[in-house]
Amino acid sequence: MEKIDVHTGRAVPLRASNVDTDQIIPAVYLKRVSRTGFEDGLFAEWRGSDPDFVLNRPEYSGASVLVAGPDFGTGSSREHAVWALKDYGFRAVLSSRFADIFRGNSLKGGLLTILLPQEVIEKLWETVEADPGTEVTVDLVNREVRAPGVQESFELDDYTRWRLMEGLDDIALTLRHTEGIGAFEETRKRWLPVTL
Amino acid sequence: MARTMAEKVWEEHVVRRADGEPDLLYIDLHLVHEVTSPQAFEGLRLAGRSVRRPDLTIATEDHNVPTQNLLAPIADPVSRKQVETLRKNCSDFGVRLHPMGDIDQGVVHVVGPQLGLTQPGMTIVCGDSHTSTHGAFGALAFGIGTSQVEHVLATQTLPLAPFKTMAVTVNGTLKPGVSAKDIILAVIAKIGTGGGQGYVIEYRGEAIESLSMEARMTVCNMSIEAGARAGMIAPDQTTFDYIRGRDHAPKGEDFDAAVEHWKSLRTDEGAVFDAEVVLDADELSPFVTWGTNPGQGVPLDASVPDPASFADSSARAAAEKALAYMDLAPGTPMREVSVDTVFLGSCTNGRIEDLRTAAEIMRGRKVADGVRMLVVPGSMRVKEQANEEGLGRVFEEAGAEWREAGCSMCLGMNPDQLKPGERSASTSNRNFEGRQGRGGRTHLVSPQVAAATAVRGTLSSPADLVSL
Repeated sequence: MEKIDVHTGRAVPLRASNVDTDQIIPAVYLKRVSRTGFEDGLFAEWRGSDPDFVLNRPEYSGASVLVAGPDFGTGSSREHAVWALKDYGFRAVLSSRFADIFRGNSLKGGLLTILLPQEVIEKLWETVEADPGTEVTVDLVNREVRAPGVQESFELDDYTRWRLMEGLDDIALTLRHTEGIGAFEETRKRWLPVTL
Repeated sequence: MARTMAEKVWEEHVVRRADGEPDLLYIDLHLVHEVTSPQAFEGLRLAGRSVRRPDLTIATEDHNVPTQNLLAPIADPVSRKQVETLRKNCSDFGVRLHPMGDIDQGVVHVVGPQLGLTQPGMTIVCGDSHTSTHGAFGALAFGIGTSQVEHVLATQTLPLAPFKTMAVTVNGTLKPGVSAKDIILAVIAKIGTGGGQGYVIEYRGEAIESLSMEARMTVCNMSIEAGARAGMIAPDQTTFDYIRGRDHAPKGEDFDAAVEHWKSLRTDEGAVFDAEVVLDADELSPFVTWGTNPGQGVPLDASVPDPASFADSSARAAAEKALAYMDLAPGTPMREVSVDTVFLGSCTNGRIEDLRTAAEIMRGRKVADGVRMLVVPGSMRVKEQANEEGLGRVFEEAGAEWREAGCSMCLGMNPDQLKPGERSASTSNRNFEGRQGRGGRTHLVSPQVAAATAVRGTLSSPADLVSL
């Protein structure tokens, strides 16, 4: 996985709460068996039916930070939502609350999901809407988000931060403990079901 | 120290604990389906890894499958390829698969429990958010993403961040015509779609204890719609009786030993939950959603709310957007909303008891003119049992379509979809924009309300039906 430390880019204000993963990528795009190329599915319905949808506005083209309303990523566990955001060019999503599974998926997949107070989100919306050229910095090293008039620290546990900054793959990390897994298996209850 | 059930199950599965790292938890059962697994198997191939415990893994085909003409190839080539990819992956990696046409094929969360693979105290995962269903047995069961699917396939473990605990206590007794679905819709409306975020919910209280296993699964299934990581219900005699004798249940002395252990999993007297919510079952009535997230629900007796009545600005904006999408005017009585389609099925309400309840209401009645009703059993075994009990015939005589097992109209990945602008009463779990097909409008309801709505053509409860 790619190492991440500081990302700076222009931002898109998405003034909506409860953006579920069915909106981020509709189910019809989930039939594919590949892991890349999901950018066409990102917000496909909103992009297709609403010419004023933020991602259709030329002033936000090329932006890489999504500033979203509360409860972003609710619903289905589809990791395709993370792949679609990344394939489209997003590197970070800022919100005052994320759904658990989506957040877990994003931090595994190298998409920074950063929790900020709602008033900071509102301030970023206003700043970016006033000047779509505004650059927003997400700094993993100092655990801080910066933009004109905004300097806000965020929480991210040390382990996740370390893993992202080192670009480490979870599976490789766990496989270092194969012996421990084997020892645990010896202690499992004898009646636990097997499928084969 | 007194512990909650969720904490006990977690502790029993810790493989490794180290300062500053998430606990590494052992996974007892991994359920797999065609949508969220192809990239995980491909990841194993690229890294030259194998499936560590194929004997703790089981796969079925559910999201993409058509629910009629099973003998014909799947018409959509992309869906067909996804199903074929699962078959190849299961064959290459030695994973047991129940494909279309198999008696144990069906919605993954219906298949596990009916095989007896879902048992108290287990850790169960699946690349599907409704894995919370299995918590009805006192298992710690949760949905995961594809990266984690690959991780479990390779290591049979997951590194997991700690959770908080929430007790949702439902006191009293449900009135006739009110069901488990109404309990969970009321819980979600009360705490909101983010209210459970970070929590494992334990449902308890008299009303929960009196529920059947099927009804408990309905409650736990929609924990994710409240934002929770999982939902659980303490195992009791109802649980033990359900498991006994199933294909993969412990046998003989093992069963007795297992029951002794399962009894010890209950939350200790005096254990403290991080949050508590209390509901009174006597006050609940049939519940329906009016909006585009599962928290936007009201009793069937109520009317479409006025967005101006919401104090919170983001809730108000969400309500305005939802009503525009749903094409509903504030103040419209919910009972006056007419539907084009009724869907009875899904991992929420596609089990035998759901079909029995609906059939009882529909027996001798007809689906209203202009309404299409799809009845989709959660698994082929459920279908077989329903046919043995004569339920399939009841649905067909009423004019409903009695289909084969699958996720069907719960999500727009297979041929069963709403057309743009069509409105449904659906026993599924999500009323998101476009969830049942592009432009479709969904009202989430219980099997009772679905059946009565099919007969009257407008959102209804069984009490609204003229007696036969």
